[in-house]
Amino acid sequence: MEKKITIEPVTRVEGHGKVTIYIDDEGNVRQSRLHIVEFRGFERFVQGRPYWEAPVLVQRLCGICPVSHHLAAAKALDVIVGAGTGDGLTPTGEKMRRLMHYGQMFQSHALHFFHLVSPDLLFGIDADPAIRNIIGVAKKHPDLAVMGVMMRKYGQEIIRATAGKKIHGTGAIPGGINKLLTVEERDSFLNGPDPMNIDKMISWSLDSVNFLKGYHKENKDFIDNFAKFPSNHLSLVRKDGALDLYHGVLRAVDSEGKKILHDVDYQDYLSYIGEEVRNWSYMKFPYMLEFGKGDGWYRVGPLARLNCCDFIPTPLAQKEFEEFRAYTKGKPNHMSMHYHWARLIELLHSAEMMKELLHDPDLLEGELVTKGTKVNEGVGLLEAPRGTLFHHYRINEHDQITMANLIVSTTNNNEPMNVAVNHAAKQFMNGQKRISEGMMNAVEVAIRAYDPCLSCATHALGQMPLEIILVGPDQEVIERIRR
Amino acid sequence: MGVIRKLFGDQGRKTEKTPLQDDPERTASHSSTNIVNTMSEKVKFTIDGKACVADKGMNLVDAAKINGIYIPTLCHLEGVKPAGSCRICNVRINGRPMTACTTEVAEGMVIENNIPEIQEMRKIIIETLFVSGNHFCPACEKSGNCELQALAYRYQMMVPRFPYEFEEKQVDATSPKLYIDRNRCILCKRCVRSIKKADGKSIFAIKGRGHKAIIIIDHKLAEAMTDEEAQRAMDICPVGSILRKERGYITPIGKRKYDTTPIGSDIEQNVTK
Repeated sequence: MEKKITIEPVTRVEGHGKVTIYIDDEGNVRQSRLHIVEFRGFERFVQGRPYWEAPVLVQRLCGICPVSHHLAAAKALDVIVGAGTGDGLTPTGEKMRRLMHYGQMFQSHALHFFHLVSPDLLFGIDADPAIRNIIGVAKKHPDLAVMGVMMRKYGQEIIRATAGKKIHGTGAIPGGINKLLTVEERDSFLNGPDPMNIDKMISWSLDSVNFLKGYHKENKDFIDNFAKFPSNHLSLVRKDGALDLYHGVLRAVDSEGKKILHDVDYQDYLSYIGEEVRNWSYMKFPYMLEFGKGDGWYRVGPLARLNCCDFIPTPLAQKEFEEFRAYTKGKPNHMSMHYHWARLIELLHSAEMMKELLHDPDLLEGELVTKGTKVNEGVGLLEAPRGTLFHHYRINEHDQITMANLIVSTTNNNEPMNVAVNHAAKQFMNGQKRISEGMMNAVEVAIRAYDPCLSCATHALGQMPLEIILVGPDQEVIERIRR
Repeated sequence: MGVIRKLFGDQGRKTEKTPLQDDPERTASHSSTNIVNTMSEKVKFTIDGKACVADKGMNLVDAAKINGIYIPTLCHLEGVKPAGSCRICNVRINGRPMTACTTEVAEGMVIENNIPEIQEMRKIIIETLFVSGNHFCPACEKSGNCELQALAYRYQMMVPRFPYEFEEKQVDATSPKLYIDRNRCILCKRCVRSIKKADGKSIFAIKGRGHKAIIIIDHKLAEAMTDEEAQRAMDICPVGSILRKERGYITPIGKRKYDTTPIGSDIEQNVTK
């Protein structure tokens, strides 16, 4: 008799989703799906609003990385107000935004690794859920917990100084930025009392990478083989191939590392990317048009970015990148758990970038805004913590938004997460008579590697109810387990 | 809304007639400065027991202000004929509720301003304004510069106690310099009363009556507005209903009007010095 297992909600991810796993008569996983059960509707209710409101309004679809939406919308509006397609801003405008973005990357990556993922690594994926959480980490590894909290705080303070406040600021406006950094703020970020200074943040980032590498060494089989599957990878890269999280051209590589999207201008993204709708999830399934719905899906996020770029333009992160690439002999890395490794290399890169920017005098003075001839359409892309983020707006002659299309980072990872869930379910549940809590968490661990932001809005941190329902083919409930 | 009636009593809106109300047009003679010039006779009165002095004929809002006492307003605008339409400036004068903006100060008046009953009434007015419009402060570009929001903070509006109406309201984006968002309009008529062309023609007007009343804009006159006139229209709007186009969020958080100076605190600080 076929059984259906439901994991709802998925915990320690941003937002709410559920997983269903179908098990056949032999006890093997036949099919599994990650469903996103929320519907937000931002693309609709932004219609009719004045275009300059978009960066402030649309960022509210997320409480973890609102800066990404804030900046992606602002970049799209830069195009609309005639300020160029990403490289037309004043030096002050662009650098303040970059500082905001790297602060955002830094705090989001720190949050994900220390608050959401470290419990799985420190206690094991089948440990007692009562200790397998951030409070458990704080009790057993207080130094690590302090690092996580303070790194996040540093990034949030950078956001406050550039956007006006830590969550949902107003710093980026069409064509530029609305504020400068003060000398006091800059000095505090550079030389603040321990640990709130940039050198400590760089040193802690390096410690984080080393911690993960140490864990990897001891758990090679799990880290290398859990939810490993080949795929295409897509991200922005700088025109010279460098990792650039704020601006660049679109590049995709196939599972062998061959370029299949050749550094194209993202203003034409609709020529390359399509979105498929499936009737069991509110989240769409993007794919590269040229390769179709079956083969055109791709991964985004830290792993994809390190697979797509040629080098990292900061020295410490570049050194780690070389080791990362050497591990797969220069070929794309397809190991889901290596997302964590890539994410921490980006954490280090973000810290180095913040240091470089903080020493730049353009942050302290200069023109804030530039504008040109207005047009009625613009696309803004950037690399958000969770992957490539697309914002696309059209306006009418009265400055009202008539169309908005957002392809959120996590949406790009929809198919990969489903594949990862399938791998984890098969690996841990095939042939098992009883489904344990640890097996359920294994499925969540696979999802968590992608750091999904399922609603781009809510914290799902803490003890949330997790329910598994075993359902027979005629929909009767055979067994119900609650955490 | 029986609670409001109870707090307000059965007062009529036109019971507190002032000589200034007889003037048909907006005129600078309503400003306290000019009143001081033309009327030198002083009157003594008390507000919440504090002895105050002001020029005879001055309206109570201004008279309180020069004595370091803040009486909140939303529709009142210095230099413009008082309308008494928002009722937020209600005080008790000799035991009777009256709007301070339309009442002249007189000898021996005993005024109650910061008493719990009046405070509660003001809070109710603010709350009803919030639930009757569609006010989403977090993304509104007037946030931090909005008088309604600032008053909600002052009177500590914490949770909605009245049901939201969520009425569908329209925006008018057709003017080249201004964006009119009726979701946020509180019908204070500041724009109708104060934004006029040199020949006295109004650029804004009220259309409809009762709960169907909306602010409309004369598109021909609006097209001829200068940047300064458009900015003034945005500035006098106590909420985020009149917005200048293409300049949203230009003031960073921390530099906005009420970010560090809560509404009324500037008036209240003056007296303590």
